[in-house]
Amino acid sequence: MFDFSIVIQSVITGLMNGAVYALVALGLTLVFGVLHIINFAHGSLLMIAMYGVFFAHQILGIDPYLTIPAMMALMFAAGYLLQRFVIVEAGGGRDSNVLLITLGAALVIENLALYLWAADTRQLQLSYTLSVIDVGFALLPITRVIASAAACVIFAALWLLIERTNFGRAMRAVAKEPMGARVVGINVDRIYALTMGVGAASLGAAGALMLPIFYVTPQVGSVFALLAFTIVVLGGMGSTTGALVGGFVIGVIESLGSLFLGESLGQIGVFALFIAILVLRPRGLFGARV
Amino acid sequence: MAWIVAIVAALALVPELVSSNYVLGLLIVILFSAFLGQSWSILGGMCGQFSLGHASFFGIGLYVSFILQVNFGLSAWLALVAAIVAGAVIGLSIGFISFRYGLRGSYFALVTLAFAEVFRVIASALDITGGGTGRNLPTRVGLEHLQFSTKAGYFYFVLALFAVVQIVTWWIARGRLGARFLAIREDEDAAAALSVNVLQHKLIAIGISGAIAGCGGFFYGQYYYYVDPAIAFGPLQSVEILLAAIIGGMGTLFGPVLGAVVLRMAGELTQSVTGSAPGINLVLYGIVVIAIVRYMPNGVLGGFGALARRIPRRRRAAHAKAEAV
Repeated sequence: MFDFSIVIQSVITGLMNGAVYALVALGLTLVFGVLHIINFAHGSLLMIAMYGVFFAHQILGIDPYLTIPAMMALMFAAGYLLQRFVIVEAGGGRDSNVLLITLGAALVIENLALYLWAADTRQLQLSYTLSVIDVGFALLPITRVIASAAACVIFAALWLLIERTNFGRAMRAVAKEPMGARVVGINVDRIYALTMGVGAASLGAAGALMLPIFYVTPQVGSVFALLAFTIVVLGGMGSTTGALVGGFVIGVIESLGSLFLGESLGQIGVFALFIAILVLRPRGLFGARV
Repeated sequence: MAWIVAIVAALALVPELVSSNYVLGLLIVILFSAFLGQSWSILGGMCGQFSLGHASFFGIGLYVSFILQVNFGLSAWLALVAAIVAGAVIGLSIGFISFRYGLRGSYFALVTLAFAEVFRVIASALDITGGGTGRNLPTRVGLEHLQFSTKAGYFYFVLALFAVVQIVTWWIARGRLGARFLAIREDEDAAAALSVNVLQHKLIAIGISGAIAGCGGFFYGQYYYYVDPAIAFGPLQSVEILLAAIIGGMGTLFGPVLGAVVLRMAGELTQSVTGSAPGINLVLYGIVVIAIVRYMPNGVLGGFGALARRIPRRRRAAHAKAEAV
């Protein structure tokens, strides 16, 4: 019923989207793995990053891909400050309260965006928006190729940061045993804030990579946040490898779902998988290790 | 119990004294939020199972009521019963799937969130739900249709629902059921060791909670005459339900009521301060939520309780000092 090449095309699109989703999910899984909180403001932070990139292009005329270093730095600061001055300050370390704080922060951020920029959908028009690369069996939009390649590079860099640096080691120690980490002289609160910063920084990069492909509205965050939740659960909460693999799997499922079931019903596949994973293997594919 | 009767009786007099539709409308949404908050609180507060997808039960009740009334011409009263049953059935199903496999904490919360999203996607795709454009309920005023021409009518309707759910909550809290819920909330394994059937009691909690939320969905439909997938199953719906319960002080008899009052008043206040600019009232609303959590970490009810305890203690301290001198 479907031409095979359409399916191939769809799988490749899914894989390319998946790389970017993995980057979004990395931030969420880091925060969950180290701070043990579900950050509901994750989607709104992504949305803010996307607007940042949008205005950098509209007002300053900077190419979205060149904003990546600046966006990562800015988002890092935003995440750091959010943790240091809002979540710790107001949450008092209680799970239900921290949950409410991140929900409240999401409400504030999203509606501030709605107030400032209205509900209009905005999309970047670049000279290369419609360019494609013909690889014989499929046509690859150049924006997606750049996005997936850059996402993989940034993901790898962040992975090295977590696995190969002292900061990463401290982070993993805090994730496993906050009390023990404190005893050996790690400043746990600082690690928490830095982790939140790194999580947000990955969103800064993701925002810059996504904007040339997707449109942005004040509500766009929740769409990607739900995908990120699914990826995190699929990969295993707190697992970076899981975020990468989960990202690719979800990207492909989403893409095939909308091919076979249509745009609106297509998401069902993602959520059905989400529920199945939670019920059958709540640890996810890759246990819980940061 | 005496408190419930007193409050409900006092409220029942309000339409006699106040004719302002604005005040009655505000009281209706407050009582309605309290009703839904109580539904969440029975599962989340008493039994300790945090749901992030209470919209599932609410929305099912809402859609079932619309479909039965409009497509099958059933009476509103039967639709009310069906909405309650549908809420309970969905609650039990989600509960069985999650609790059967021992999902706890964040995992259970995420499953409920995912189910609400699944329902939202399905509702936007089907014809019988009206797809993304939603459905309307034709106006048929009268007690037999559970639609009223005046705000006072709806006020009594929601007050009755509220009274019932308060009594149910009170009844659970004072009996063995409440004690078992509490045992599960505090320590599941210990509760199981004391021969509490954990699965069964979690299912009872989510069943009751779902039934109440389904009933809430029915009321929403009769009051606003309209439903679409975002209203029924959207994440914001779930968030509003749990906010009232947690802000007020979950698992207590009057916490969700107080939470509903505080949140709705805050919403109303910010709306009047900021006028019609979209979004800015919800910004303030979010700030209020964070501030309440910051300054009253045990909920508003807990905050008042702590305050009330602190004052006599200070007095006592003063007395003690005076005597010492």
